[in-house]
Amino acid sequence: MPAIPRNRVTLLPLAPLLTLAVLLVPVGAGLAGVLAPAFGWFPALGGESLSLGPWRALLAWPGLPDAVWLSLFTGLGATAVSLLITVMICAAWQGTRSFGLIERALSPLLSVPHAAAAFGLAFLIAPSGWIARGLSPWATGWERPPDLLITQDPLGLSLMAGLVVKEVPFLLLMTLAALGQVPARRSVLLAQTMGYGRMAGWVLTVFPRLYVQIRLPVYAVLAYSCSVIDVALILGPTRPSTLAVQVLEWLSDPDLGLRFQAAAGAVLQLGLILGVLLLWRLGEHVVARLGCACVRMGHRMARDGAMRALAMALALIMALAVGLGILGLAVWSVAGFWTFPDLLPDQFTWRNWARQGDGLARIAVETAVIGAVATGISLILTVACLEAEYRHGLRPSTRALWLLYLPLIVPQATFLIGLQTLAIGTGWTGARAAVIASHVIFVLPYVFLSLSDPWRSWDARQGLVAASLGAGAERVLWRVRLPMLLRPVLVAAAVGFAVSVGQYLPTLLIGMGRVSTLTTEAVALSSGGDRRLIGVYALSQTVLPLLGFALALALPAVVFRNRRGVLDRG
Amino acid sequence: MAAGLELDHLTITLGDRRLVDLHQTVAPGEVLSVMGPSGSGKSTLLSVLIGRPDPGFDVSGRVRLDGRDLSGLGPEARRIGLLFQDDLLFPHLSVGENLAFALPSTVKGRTARQARIDAALEAAELAGFAGRDPATLSGGQRARVALMRCLLSAPRALLLDEPFSRLDADLRRQMRDFVFGRVRAEGIPAILVTHDLEDAVAAGGKVISPLGEVRQTGRPA
Repeated sequence: MPAIPRNRVTLLPLAPLLTLAVLLVPVGAGLAGVLAPAFGWFPALGGESLSLGPWRALLAWPGLPDAVWLSLFTGLGATAVSLLITVMICAAWQGTRSFGLIERALSPLLSVPHAAAAFGLAFLIAPSGWIARGLSPWATGWERPPDLLITQDPLGLSLMAGLVVKEVPFLLLMTLAALGQVPARRSVLLAQTMGYGRMAGWVLTVFPRLYVQIRLPVYAVLAYSCSVIDVALILGPTRPSTLAVQVLEWLSDPDLGLRFQAAAGAVLQLGLILGVLLLWRLGEHVVARLGCACVRMGHRMARDGAMRALAMALALIMALAVGLGILGLAVWSVAGFWTFPDLLPDQFTWRNWARQGDGLARIAVETAVIGAVATGISLILTVACLEAEYRHGLRPSTRALWLLYLPLIVPQATFLIGLQTLAIGTGWTGARAAVIASHVIFVLPYVFLSLSDPWRSWDARQGLVAASLGAGAERVLWRVRLPMLLRPVLVAAAVGFAVSVGQYLPTLLIGMGRVSTLTTEAVALSSGGDRRLIGVYALSQTVLPLLGFALALALPAVVFRNRRGVLDRG
Repeated sequence: MAAGLELDHLTITLGDRRLVDLHQTVAPGEVLSVMGPSGSGKSTLLSVLIGRPDPGFDVSGRVRLDGRDLSGLGPEARRIGLLFQDDLLFPHLSVGENLAFALPSTVKGRTARQARIDAALEAAELAGFAGRDPATLSGGQRARVALMRCLLSAPRALLLDEPFSRLDADLRRQMRDFVFGRVRAEGIPAILVTHDLEDAVAAGGKVISPLGEVRQTGRPA
């Protein structure tokens, strides 16, 4: 290990602590800030004694059972379906050339913000959307958009679909990252030589070992799906909506007294998620039992051709749904008059963009600045943590990984409301800096997760060589390690930037309407239903993270155009 | 129609380089050793026999098992067992479940299946190990379980991919005796792929290179 100069005070060993504080203090403070008003304590609004009043008000709301049921059903459903599709795709195709195709088709979906994907899907499946247009009037006989409730259906099916198309790429990526630790190819081959079908072999021999590695991401998906707000505002049912959306409605009500009830609802949301996680954990045991029973009986399930084809079809449908959805956004954004059931507008026009002109540019710049600063802070903390780990051997335990996931598992709708309450108390709302700080809480885990593997697998002998040539630890970091890892560092930055651009609730609650980003603007437009305007904002929201990824891939290729070794490694 | 594993003018080429050229029949209970340094085409031969050839290789000739042409069949339909140098026991299953995984579903009934597993464990001198976590077994024990697992799936032929290279000298001798003994007892043809002459000779059969040059003729078993 390279020597650290003795005469210099180094703050590096404190980096992991600082990072954990950045993640955990807001979550803890936010929980405290929501628990107090949930039990009547909110001095600014005259609540100076503890009471169960907020809970009584919450329970008296007649929509509560339906809203709770809806949150549970859509959250659990979306997670189970996403995991099932991910497993099907991997079981059917992992290790084949077709899998590379699926990977290339699905991984770009990761950069698409949830809201934009939801809008795109809505434009596709709505009664006046592309699917209905494509089938009309020759197959359906519709001359006008039919009076059907497809998006915002009362069961929340379109909400689930909107979540699934975004969560499958995420779970797939997490699965791919975990695959390196399991001898998947040989395990499946071994099962096949015993007569097992490829899918059965993968599910029985590889999946149980993989699941241990992707358990935290799955929990994050579960918590997110149960408490999501932006996607639910776009695709979810109304009257009642999901609990999280209802809580937000109470929070934005002019009647400030409803804030108590909202806080109680937010605490209930947290309880709900803990319950769902517990339920999921029990489900894991049941599935493991079933798997073992299956193994003991020895059924080979060798005929899986149809299932494999289905898995491929599902992957392509998802890629198409998002891809065509984004294309739909683009077409609407330049659409003039557009009659049903024509597939394309009668005229194309830049007017929709021109009308937004300055406002759009200002908001895009605001979004980019918030994203860039939040990503920069996250990147510095992440590199400091990883470097501290390397120089001082401060390797995080599995438990620390749990802490990293905490902001992704504790629902945003709960602790951000508490944070907002605290921020109002300290007068810190509406400031761009506060919004950036709230974004860091969510950007940091993703930056850390995407950079830690490449950082740790860097060949440490390169550092030894540099040190033996007289380079100090700082010089090794800046002149050897960071340049060699330029590509993964930039990709991690692009991931963080995309996460920041996609954030809805932190901007809304901490910005208090005074800071707006492309996402908050787009989601705010959803109730108005002006598709051209939605197209403009949702498309801008999609393009911004894509630019980040393009830059992350292009920059190293230019910088190291004559250094093939760096690019191959990265 | 011949019983056993028949390589009928099997050649594998990569570009204009010939890696494998074999015309051999392995009789039931016999072990054919294919010996050569790494990169000599041994693993390519295995992947072709198993039905998962790597792309880029040209394969000609036929492989027959008990008279059945295996062309076009995937690994799940060939009934050729495979033993790697790592035991590859599934760590999420108990020893007994690892064996149950291999036992065909045509063996029906909980007691009948358990009896077969117990018998297999007994044959490996591991009676009573069914409930154990594979991680608690010694290297030799794990290797024996891996072989029994392979045999329980009732393969019609066996491929041994350097199965002894990870074992130390003492264990290696025991394991060789165990594996070759079981192969003879079960009466199935086996191909051993190795770079170790001692392993190849201990198999007791013919020793050849991937290109078919005979290194040693088989001694009568």
